[in-house]
Formats: sequence, C-alpha cells, structure tokens
Amino acid sequence: MPYKLTVNGQPATVDVPEDTPLLWVVRDVLGLHGTKYGCGMALCGCCTVHINGEAARSCTTSIARAAGKHITTLEGLSENGTHPVQVAWQEIDVPQCGYCQAGQMMSASALLAKNPHPTDADIDAAMDGNICRCGTYLRIRKAIHKAAEIAAKQTKEPAAAVHS
Amino acid sequence: METTLVSRRSFLRASVIAGGGMMLAYYIEPMEKVLAAQFGPPVTLLPASFITIAPDGVITIIAKNPEIGQGVKVMLPMLIAEELDADWKDVRIEQGDLNPAKYGLQIAGGSTATPINWEPMRQLGAQCRQMLIGSAAQTWNVPESECTTTASRVHHVASKRSATYGELASKAATMPVPDPKTLKMKDPKDYRFIGHSMANPDIKKILTGKPVFGIDFTMPGMLYANYEKCPVFGGKVVSANLDEVKAQPGIRHAFVVEPSGDPSALVGGVAIVADSWYQARHARDNVLKVVWDEGPTAAQSSELYATTSVEMSKNDPGQTLRKDGDADAAFGTAAHVVEAAYSYPFLSHVPLEPMNCSAYFKDGKLEVWAPSQTPASGVGQTAKTLGIDQKDITLHLTRMGGGFGRRLTNDYMVEVAVIAKQIGVPVKLLWTREQDMAHDFYRPAGFHFLKGGVDADGKLVAWRNHFVTFGEKGRFAQSAGLSGEEFPSRFVPNFSQLSSMMPSGVPMGAMRAPGSNAIAFVMQSFIDELAHAAGKDPVQFRLDMLANEPLPSAAPPPGTPVAFAPVPFDAARMRGVLTTVAERSGWGKTKLPKDTAMGVAFHFSHRGYFAEVAEVSVTGGTNVKVHKAWVVGDIGSVGGINPTAAENISQGAVIEAMSHAMGYEIVIDKGRAVQSNFHQYPPLRLTQAPREIDIFFVKTDNPPTGLGEPALPPMIPAITNAMFAVTGKRIRSLPLSTQGYSWA
Ligand code: FES
Ligand code: FES
Repeated sequence: MPYKLTVNGQPATVDVPEDTPLLWVVRDVLGLHGTKYGCGMALCGCCTVHINGEAARSCTTSIARAAGKHITTLEGLSENGTHPVQVAWQEIDVPQCGYCQAGQMMSASALLAKNPHPTDADIDAAMDGNICRCGTYLRIRKAIHKAAEIAAKQTKEPAAAVHS
Repeated sequence: METTLVSRRSFLRASVIAGGGMMLAYYIEPMEKVLAAQFGPPVTLLPASFITIAPDGVITIIAKNPEIGQGVKVMLPMLIAEELDADWKDVRIEQGDLNPAKYGLQIAGGSTATPINWEPMRQLGAQCRQMLIGSAAQTWNVPESECTTTASRVHHVASKRSATYGELASKAATMPVPDPKTLKMKDPKDYRFIGHSMANPDIKKILTGKPVFGIDFTMPGMLYANYEKCPVFGGKVVSANLDEVKAQPGIRHAFVVEPSGDPSALVGGVAIVADSWYQARHARDNVLKVVWDEGPTAAQSSELYATTSVEMSKNDPGQTLRKDGDADAAFGTAAHVVEAAYSYPFLSHVPLEPMNCSAYFKDGKLEVWAPSQTPASGVGQTAKTLGIDQKDITLHLTRMGGGFGRRLTNDYMVEVAVIAKQIGVPVKLLWTREQDMAHDFYRPAGFHFLKGGVDADGKLVAWRNHFVTFGEKGRFAQSAGLSGEEFPSRFVPNFSQLSSMMPSGVPMGAMRAPGSNAIAFVMQSFIDELAHAAGKDPVQFRLDMLANEPLPSAAPPPGTPVAFAPVPFDAARMRGVLTTVAERSGWGKTKLPKDTAMGVAFHFSHRGYFAEVAEVSVTGGTNVKVHKAWVVGDIGSVGGINPTAAENISQGAVIEAMSHAMGYEIVIDKGRAVQSNFHQYPPLRLTQAPREIDIFFVKTDNPPTGLGEPALPPMIPAITNAMFAVTGKRIRSLPLSTQGYSWA
C-alpha cells in the first residue's frame, strides 16, 4: 500500500508492506545510503534519522508509523557538509571506518537542535544509543562541543558561516 | 651455571638441525607470511602503476590496500607523495582495484602495511621525482644534479628556470625508471607529510552520506540476497520449504547451496534472492523452514572445552614450545610460588557493517565489489569454488565499516559469487547481524595453567605455563597458537612453555592483535601476581625482569623469508616505553581518590612495543570505571606516520580492549553461538568511555612499523591489574560481566 512521507524536505510516496522498516525504505527504495544497518534491533544507532525533529532508530520504525511524518536523514543535514555537526566532525577528524558516523551525527544534531550548549552529561545521555565499534567516542564528545561553538557563531554571523 | 648454558646452547642447535622437529613444529607463523604465500613471488612495482600526473598538474595516486578504518588509504599515498615532493593540493587519491601483478600485496592485516610498504612506496615517489627531474634537465639541457624540487615543481636555480610537474609529466613518462639504489631519499627532517596529520580522503563522502561502503553498492537491475546457514557449525541442509519461500512477495529465487568442502569458503545453506533485501530477510525470518543435519559439532560446548582443559592440564603436555633450565626444580627452592589458572572466551569481531558483497556473473566472467581485507585470497577461493579461472574475476575494493580480522576470511564473497553465477544478474548479499554473530571465525578461547616462583630477593626465577588450546595432530587451530618466544620467554632462567590441544568444530580466525589480544591478559596479569608475591611495585618488578640478559632467541624455521622473519623482542625498547608511561601517568606519584588505582601492563606484538596504564575505580565492589588511560608505543622512528589517524586508532584500541574486558563473550552451546546481537554482546558505549586517553609515541632509531594492532593487548591487563590494586581480587578470566562486574 502506498505511504506518503516527507524525506529531507521532499515529498515521497512509497509502495511497500506496512511492516517494512523505514531504514530499508530510505536505503533501498529511496536510494539514500547514508543511513546504515548495524543491528536491526534499536541497539546500535547506525540507522538514526530524525522523525519530526526527534532522533529515532529507523530499523525499528515501520513505514506505517513513519507515514505522514517529516524524515531527515544524514543527506538532509546539508548536501555539501556545511551543517555545524558535519563541519565539526571534519575538523576533529572523527571517523575511523566511518560506518557509525551517520547515526552519531544524527543523534548529535538532534541534541544540539534542542540543547545548543550541551554539557558532557547531556552528551552522554543523548549519545548512549550509538555504538562506535572503532571507538571514536572521545572525538565524538569533542566534536559535539565544537559543533555547538560553530552553530553559535553561525547564529551570530550567518553570512560568514557557510565558508568557515 | 656453566652446564646450564652449554645444555641450552646444544638444545638450540639441536632444534635448528632438527629443522621442523619437535620445537619448530609449533613455531607460530606470522600472519603476513601465511597471507603472502598466496601471492607468489614479489613483483617489481612501477611508478606508472601508482602515479598519474595530468598536464594540469593533478597528481592521482593509487591507494592499493583495503581500507577498514585504519587510515591506509591516505597513509600509503602520503609515503609516495612525500618522496615525489608533491604539493598536497594537487594530490587525488584513488582506491586501486585488486591487481597484485601491478600493486603487489594488497591486504589489511597483521599491521603489515607500514613495515611492508615503507620502503617501496617512498621509492616509487622518489623514482617518479627523479624522472620529472630528468625530463626538466633534458628540456633545459642542464645536468640533473643541478635540479631541485619544491612542491610539485622542478627548479634549475642557476638559470632561474622552473616547471610544474604537470608541464613535465608527458616527457617524464618516457624517461627510464631509475634504479632504486641511485635514489637520494629525503632527510626525515624535511618531511612535509610523513609525521603530519593528513585528511581522510573519504571524509566528505562519509559525512554527507555518499555511498562508500560495500553495503552501499548498487547497480541497475540488482537483486538482493540473504544466505541462511546451519546454526551449528558444519551443519548441512537436508531439506527446505523453498516453494513456500518463493511464493512470498518479491522473492525471485530460493535454492539450496551445497558446501564446497572448504568451510572458510562455502558452507551449505539456503540462498534467498528478492527485489529488495528486506523482502529476502522477511522471508528468511518468517517463512523459511530448514531441516538441518547438524553434524558432530552439535555435541560441543564452551563448558565441555573448559572441563576438558582442566583434565588436560593435569596430564603431560602434548608439546614443548620452549624449555630453559628446570622450572620444576626451581619451584622447589623458590621463596614464593604462585599457581593460577587463566582463561578467556571466544570472541566475535562484530565490525559495525555486517558481512556483505556484491557480484555480477555474465558470460563466464565475474565482477565483484568486495569489502575484503584479503581480496586476492578471496578471488582464489571464489575461482576454485566456481570452477572458473582467477583471470576471469575482476574485483573492486570498497571501503569497509570495520574489519578487525573478520574480513580476512572471504566466505561472504564466495557465497555471493555462487549466487550470482546461479542467477546471472547483479546481486548484493547482506547478512543480518544475527548471521554475522552466528557465523564468525571466532577469536579462540584459551586456558592457561600457570606456576611461577620468585626468590628471596623478589626475582622471578621460575615459570611454567601449560596452555590448553584448540588444534589437532600437533597443529594449532587458526590463531589458537602460542610461540615459545612469548614474553617472559628468554627473561626467566627456568622456563617451560607447554601446550596441549583439543579438537573443536568452532571456526576460528585472527582478530585484531591475534593471539596477543588474549595472551597479554594472561601473561601480564600473572606477572602482576608475581610482583605482588615478591612485594615489589608492578612497574619496578617488570623493569627488573627486562634488565635481565635475555637467553638466545630460537631460530625461525629454515626458509622463512627475511621480511617475514619474526623480530626478536628487544628489552631496551620495552624499558623505554614502560619508563615513559610510568612518567606520563604519574605512576606511584599521584594521590588517587578512594577506591581508585592504577594498573600497568606491556606487550610486544606486530613489531610494536606498548606499555599502558589505566586509572580505574571499583565502587561498591563491582562498579568499574576507567577514568583515564595512557598508551605509550614505540613503533619506530616516525611515531605515527599520520598522527591524527594514529591517535584515533590507538584510542580505539583502548575502547576495544574495554569491550573485551567487560562485555565480549561468545558462548558455544550445542555447537552454536549463544549470543546473537549487541544486547548480549555489548561493545563499549560513549558513557563508559574514559574522559581522557593519552597517546604518546617514543621515537627510536628503528624502521616504522604498524599500529592497527599492538596498542590493544596491554590495556586489558592494565585495567584488571588496576582492579586488583583496588579490591585485592585477582581477575583470572574474562569477561568481567560474568563475574558480577559492570561499568559504573
Ligand atoms: S540498525 Fe537500527 S539501531 Fe542498529
Ligand atoms: S567509526 Fe567505525 S564504527 Fe564508528
């Protein structure tokens, strides 16, 4: 049955069975490969997207539940890597293999959207559902603080921000 | 004293003469040697195979090795670009396809990329630079010796002429390739890339979600597959309800695949191919019913191995790996004797990207898009299984979402190739996480029965280790071996390293720092016990051991290629890192809070010397927190070739060690893995990670060596030794979670 949803600001209609996880709709139907599969059980956070602005695990969210909602995937943060989280991740050189990082960045950007100046404790709480098998956690913490700084600067001087 | 020396010498001579005799039969072959054996003789690498310079000055450099997150995709090109004297702005990095005739060895394993490629990659750059100089000299009619280079430019200072590499490239391509012996390499103080942090060439793609991993590969008309195998290792399909599966929506094919006879290539199973992967998975989870012939391994379990190991430990050992002096006699006169049994479990690698591979079989030829650490050996196994020529296989390497040794085995590549051949359209195979955990080549479990003795001065005088492990007919199972040379071998006058083997049907294989990832825990914990028995400070006790004049190293088996010969342990280098880590951590000088202590350990593996300290608290008896960790390594003259990546993977090694210590365990029951996903097999999470991990490299006058593995092993015993210092309870088996501990 066809389901309508908005993905990265674009309307989309997909015709898949109702129990199909949003993860596989995004990856295999819509061809957006940023969102990753790691466990399929809401244990690793690789598949994190925003559903109406909230970080959510797309591997355990059925298309029936996602229908009608606004979905943001990593590709929707910014196409060219200018979102403060992406800029910070690049500056701190966070990834090792990089596989978990889409999920990490989606959890981080959801946190920052609500809490522009998170403490270490806030970060721990928001990021605990995202496994990094390579162990980049120290850089993730650092990059979230950095992203907060970058975002604060962008709000102050929006024009210059894109080129920073 | 004299007689001991003489008898030791004659013993060594006897073992060399015997060549493949008792002792040498159990000598551990370095992984790189095993892997290299699959590639035939070394090839001559040519600059043109790796470096292309376009007229506009763009320099394309091939990254030949598989990228699993260790940073090799930038590291090897850095070596080329350094001696080429390129401007980094001009450099583009491209992943090379599998082509051993052109690129030589293409593997990600054994921390070998640096030691194997340090010379040849720099040489390629220097050869190319010399050819550019030659082209300029000819054009300007000046001697080559008067030409110099700066970033991507050749100069003739006297005549004030200069040209860009782009301008010189087409003529340079016609110049003879210089003999490496004539090349003048850079003075390391002039390095502009080596030892400087360089960006990951895939970072933009990773951060914006562009397809880079094996799992991301697509092509028009591609179908998706899943492959279900018997949960019991070595089991076979008797029958399956294929017609019901085929009736499911989207299912295009469902068929039984017979085993190839080589369990590291293809075990029997059921292939399900669908329009989308979720349809295949859905049919597998909800509809597929297979009758399995579980085979003999169904009778095996972790519990059985543990009880068998205890029985075997009481018998005479099967093999003597090394013997110096007379340990049994020395225990009789030692002031303190400690006996302890240590053990560790099977582990699964769990790279975050589950096993996958894509393939297209058409007109007798196969094209593969493979996340593989050993693509050449995968192609060999695939060709053999399919009955086609290796020449008819083209393999493209994809970035990998982690390797950790799992992707040294190419079973998933062979599986997708068999499926592709059967269906004749492009297909992507993807395993579920559960399948990934159920069908690994596990880090072997192991059991050590130790006895050690210290004399009245607190000196370690006797050591006996009876290692009960897996193997058959005198051959260790994959990665289940122990070298007679393993420290404290050669540093204890009365020393026996012994082993006994039991057979097992569990598939085993190398996992990051194979052997070492478990052995360091055993050796460095027991050394800590002996330090305690001797009443000595754990750092001082170790330094004292390392101050002993080492006994001679056993000769490698005849015919071992020099490049792969094991490097004997150098005590001075280990003393260097141990002293440094003690200084950096403030060992013995820092006043620590209540319930908090430091633990220390060191380990030599993959040519790297690492000493590490963990500051750990244990509150309420069982709540463990690692507050800070210090890693000091000696990997030669450069430290990290790419410092940002070196720091990242070293910190990652500490995080991984913490996962080993607390949470990782695969239990075998009824011949199958009990754990199925991350809820039962938990990698460390951000909350549990230390606030700070200090990474430091001691630079010594030694050739640069690898870093992927050797930073990991010492951290496990550093943590458990710290826990002992807090609680007085010695940790003798892993993981901690089965002994009531959890992260605070
Ligand atoms: S794949 Fe969704 S949380 Fe792991
Ligand atoms: S970077 Fe590899 S899993 Fe996080």
